[in-house]
Amino acid sequence: MNTEEHTVSHVHRDDIGSRMGMWLFLFTELLLFGGMFFLYSVYRFINTEAFHIAAKELNTLIGCFNTAILLTSSLTMALSITAIQKDKKGLSIFFQLLTILMAFGFLVNKYFEWTTKFHHGIYPGSDTLLSMDSGEILFFGLYYVMTGLHGLHVIIGAVLIGIMTRLTAKGVITKDSFVKLESAGLYWHLVDIIWIFLFPLFYLIT
Amino acid sequence: MHKDETHQHMHGYGIYILVWFGLLTLTGVTVAVAGINFGALTIATALFIAAVKSYLVLTIFMHLRIEQKAFKIFLLVALFFFVISIVLLFADYSFR
Repeated sequence: MNTEEHTVSHVHRDDIGSRMGMWLFLFTELLLFGGMFFLYSVYRFINTEAFHIAAKELNTLIGCFNTAILLTSSLTMALSITAIQKDKKGLSIFFQLLTILMAFGFLVNKYFEWTTKFHHGIYPGSDTLLSMDSGEILFFGLYYVMTGLHGLHVIIGAVLIGIMTRLTAKGVITKDSFVKLESAGLYWHLVDIIWIFLFPLFYLIT
Repeated sequence: MHKDETHQHMHGYGIYILVWFGLLTLTGVTVAVAGINFGALTIATALFIAAVKSYLVLTIFMHLRIEQKAFKIFLLVALFFFVISIVLLFADYSFR
């Protein structure tokens, strides 16, 4: 009894510290994407007309659809944390799997969106693109880099949530210890926020 | 035993679904408003709605509302420097 108490009291856990560490990491992500938003804003300021013309190439419908998917996946991620807090392990795993499914759906849409553009000859360094106005080249350069980097974050986020699902199933993430799931959630919501800004800035400026 | 106080009042399912509805509605508003030409205000409107959506995600989905004060101060400091950077950048570019 005594030894048990002893070991329990020496298990080091600092949930607030863990979450704070995650937030600090998210601020570095703010700088990463922030720098690109700075680039975007200056180039758009200089090439306003070209940006408007180039944005007509983008499919607003796919953009809307992907926004809805990502917002809904943020919802299921948040719900999975409430579920584990209420000790509903199965429900939490279900919500996590839904989130991963929607991340996958987002990427499939992105794949079709990009391949359609490739078929139209618009990809970095293509003859069609290089024959365009320099402002339009900048727009598509930023479009591929920013949505590409965001897509990479979606992949990383989905893998992270997958690991959390496994940990939940194995009983590592429980009603009393779910800070790992919370941190994965924070990352996922950041990916959502970045898309909230990317969507109007690229798809809705025509 | 002293439990992490933020977890004593956690969010229920309901508020998340409410926020989700709000986010989808605001997305609809952004798309609808994008079709109208307000001139220079068009981009401002889009950014304003995006900021409102981010606020909802940060406070509810990311639990900032029920986090300790330090988290909110952290975020405000980070955003403060972000805003300074963009203001200085445009103070430079606008007057070239």
